[in-house]
Amino acid sequence: FRTVEPLEYYRRFLKENCRPDGRELGEFRATTVNIGSITTADGSALVKLGNTTVICGVKAELAAPAADSANKGYIVPNVELPSLCSTRFRSGPPGEEAQAVSQFIADVIENSQMIAKEDLCIANGKLAWVLYCDIICLDYDGNILDASTFALLAALKNVQLPSVTLNEETGLSEVNLKQKNPLTIRKHPVATSFAIFDDTLLIVDPTAEEEDLATGTVTIVTDDEGRLCSVHKPGGSPLTGAKLQDCITRAITRHKEVKKLIDKVIKSIKPK
Amino acid sequence: MMAAKEEDKMAVAGDGCCLRPFSCEQGLLSRPDGSAAFLQGDTSVLAGLYGPAEVKGSKELPDRAALEVLLRPKVGLPGVVERSREQLLRQTCEAVVLGALHPRTAITLVLQVMNDAGSLLSCCLNAACMGLLDAGLPLSSLFCGVTCALDANGAIVLDPTTRQEQEARAVLTFAIDSAERKVLMATTKGSCSVEEMQQCLAAAQRAADTIFQFYRDSVRRRYSKS
Repeated sequence: FRTVEPLEYYRRFLKENCRPDGRELGEFRATTVNIGSITTADGSALVKLGNTTVICGVKAELAAPAADSANKGYIVPNVELPSLCSTRFRSGPPGEEAQAVSQFIADVIENSQMIAKEDLCIANGKLAWVLYCDIICLDYDGNILDASTFALLAALKNVQLPSVTLNEETGLSEVNLKQKNPLTIRKHPVATSFAIFDDTLLIVDPTAEEEDLATGTVTIVTDDEGRLCSVHKPGGSPLTGAKLQDCITRAITRHKEVKKLIDKVIKSIKPK
Repeated sequence: MMAAKEEDKMAVAGDGCCLRPFSCEQGLLSRPDGSAAFLQGDTSVLAGLYGPAEVKGSKELPDRAALEVLLRPKVGLPGVVERSREQLLRQTCEAVVLGALHPRTAITLVLQVMNDAGSLLSCCLNAACMGLLDAGLPLSSLFCGVTCALDANGAIVLDPTTRQEQEARAVLTFAIDSAERKVLMATTKGSCSVEEMQQCLAAAQRAADTIFQFYRDSVRRRYSKS
C-alpha cells in the first residue's frame, strides 16, 4: 500500500496526528553531532538528523581583501549533493538543488552576521582570511537545510585559526602554527524546516519521502535573541500569517534545544 | 496580439509608504505563447512563456506539467543567485498553475532582467504572473510580488529602490495570492524581529490589493480594445 498509494498511506497517519516512523507532527528526529573528526581541516563537524548525514569541513586560507572592502575577509560556503547521497542526484555540475542550498547557506551567514568579516582581516588592505566551508551530504533523507546550517555552525565553532603576522619589511606573512585562536562567533543561527501537507497540516523535520509528498516547505532561521535571520518559503501552498507565526514559535523552541546540544558537545572536547 | 499599456500611480495610505509607478505591457513578443513586460519604477523585467509544449523524455512528469524557469541577468552569465531565484519562482508558479490539466507537457518561463533598480524579485514575480495570464494557462489564483525594506528606524518602505535596499536593515519579499491573500512565497535578507516581519506581511497584503486591481484594469483594458 505504501508504494502504490503513498499519499493515502500518509494521510491515514496524519489523521491520527502522527507519522509512519512513530514521531509526532512537531517532533524532530534524533540529532547527533560529532566535532573535529577531520584532522586535516581547520574545523569540521558531522551532523546526523535521523538518517540525513551532513559533514562540514572548514579550511582557512590567506588572500588579499577586495578593493572596496579592505578590512573584510571572506566566507565561502559550498554545498555539495553528490550522487552518493541519493538516487535523485546525478554526478556532474551542481544541480539546481545544490546551488539553491548553497545560496541559502550564504544568505544565512550574511543575514545573521554570525562571523563579522572584519574579524577575519589581518592587515588592512593586504591580508585577510578566507574561510572555505565545504558542506557535503553523505546521506539524503530530507531536511538538508537544517542539517547543513547546524553542521556549518558546529564546524565554525570548532575552527582554530593560527596567528598570522605580516612582516613589514619583506611583505610576507608569517604563520605561527603553534599559537591558535578560535573564531569569535557572534550569533548562532539555527534553521527549522516544515513541510506543508494538503494546504493545512504542518509537519516538522520532513524525511525525503515526506518532502516528495508535501505541497510546500517553509524554513525559518532564528538566532539567539529570537530574531528572524531568514524566512525561506520557496513557493508551495499558500500559508496564512497565523500559520507562519506558529512555525516561528516552534523554530524558537528548537533553537534552544540545538544551542544546548552544541554547548554540550563543545564543552566535551574542550580539555585537549 | 494587441499590446495594452497602462500607467498607474498607486499610493497606500496610512503607513506613509507607496509603491513606485508601475506599468505593464502584454503580448509584445510574437514567438512565445505568452509574454509580458512589467515595470516598477525603473526596474523592468521581460517574461516569455512557452507552453504547454513537447517535453524531453527525462523531464516528463506523468501526472502534471513540468514547469521550468530560466532567469537571465542583465549582465553576465546566470550564477548561483539566479538558480536560487529560479527555484523560488518555479515553486511559486507550480503552486498556482493547474499542471494536472496538462500532463506530460513542459511549460517554460524565461525571464530577462532589462533593468534592475531595486525590488527585482517582486518585479520578476509580477512579470511571471502577467505572462501566465497572457499565455492563457489555467491558474488556481493570481499572485503578485511585494518587497518591503526595513530601514534603521524600523520604518517599512514598500517597493524599495536599490539605494534603499542597500541601506536597509532587512529586505523581505513576499508573493501573495489573490484568492485569500495568503503567503505563497517568502524570502528575507538581513535579520528582523518577529513583530516586524508580521507588520511587513500585513503591509504587503495591503499593497497586494492595489496590484491585483491593476492586473484587473490592465486585462480589462486589453480585451475591451480588441
